[in-house]
Amino acid sequence: MDVGQLQRQFTDYTASLFREGFLDDQFTQLQKLQDENNPDFVFEVVSLFFDDSEKLVNNMAKALEQQTVEFKQVDAHVHQFKGSSSSVGAHRVKNVCVTFRNFCEQQNIEGCKRCLQQLRHEYSLLKSKLETLFRLEQQIIAAGGSIPMVE
Amino acid sequence: MGMATESQFHVLAVDDSLIDRKLIEKLLKNSSYQVTTVDSGSKALEFLGLHENDPNTPSVSPNSHQEVEVNLIITDYCMPGMTGYDLLKKIKESSSLRNIPVVIMSSENVPSRITRCLEEGAEEFFLKPVQISDVNRLKPHMMKAKNKDQQQENQEKQEKQDEESEETEKSEPGSQQPQQQHQQQQQQQQQSNNNKRKAIEEGLSPDRTRPRYSGLTVV
Repeated sequence: MDVGQLQRQFTDYTASLFREGFLDDQFTQLQKLQDENNPDFVFEVVSLFFDDSEKLVNNMAKALEQQTVEFKQVDAHVHQFKGSSSSVGAHRVKNVCVTFRNFCEQQNIEGCKRCLQQLRHEYSLLKSKLETLFRLEQQIIAAGGSIPMVE
Repeated sequence: MGMATESQFHVLAVDDSLIDRKLIEKLLKNSSYQVTTVDSGSKALEFLGLHENDPNTPSVSPNSHQEVEVNLIITDYCMPGMTGYDLLKKIKESSSLRNIPVVIMSSENVPSRITRCLEEGAEEFFLKPVQISDVNRLKPHMMKAKNKDQQQENQEKQEKQDEESEETEKSEPGSQQPQQQHQQQQQQQQQSNNNKRKAIEEGLSPDRTRPRYSGLTVV
């Protein structure tokens, strides 16, 4: 595949991620911050996000398995997850966190467990989508092209 | 290190989230500021040379300058242990630090929280995630603080000269107080103000919550 084709593919794929609500404008903000001083900035931040997410989701699961659930503790983890997802522009993940926090407030254990499942689902979906995006990026660079800016 | 290129402002960023520290660091560096990041309020105070254990007497004497000059502090509101609000209060209570502009960031839009921070002397309140347009609003605060510092320095120099001439001239008793004494008095006043505030917070005089901020207002 030639560079132009790869670039077009990259642009279309990125656009679909925004259209389907996986990403929001904050992700564009991250891309704008990336420059020659720090060419892997987006990748680094997103990797941190995925490491962090795994820890947080596990902590939530553990907290929800307790005999008497400490909703405050669950909420603290969700709050953190909401913060990090909004910082990277993980729009759908963030939305699940908002619903999740409401269930924490209502001390609704079934609702909380449902949200945890949803979070896991959204999170792994986003992870594979972004991995695809980064792979495309690498292919473009390997072919000697530059990453198109998607607005 | 403190004497970095004169045009470069130094910002201390405080956030418990690694992701957000990375973000704010990059935002600030792209605006060509020198940046130091720490993950807690107590580490921020340590960096600034103010120790937590004795809140009334800063370990750094008010006259000695900080080792590393900090032109602005930007801190997250919601942190475990010392919150951004607690940090703000400690800075505004310290005679050596209170001139440093403080900006609070928070992911939650809670009006009472915003008011509280602004009343305590924060310059700005940014909703997270922080944007480039937010960072563009920091510079005027740093310029203002720098001008104020310079004015103060000039004033101090002038006062020193005045004092020296007073000493040789022998001033009339009881007329003008030597400046140093005057400053000391102000400091004592400040401390008793702090104590007063504590009493109010403990609920000893709940009818007097208003004057709480009076001692701290920064122009």
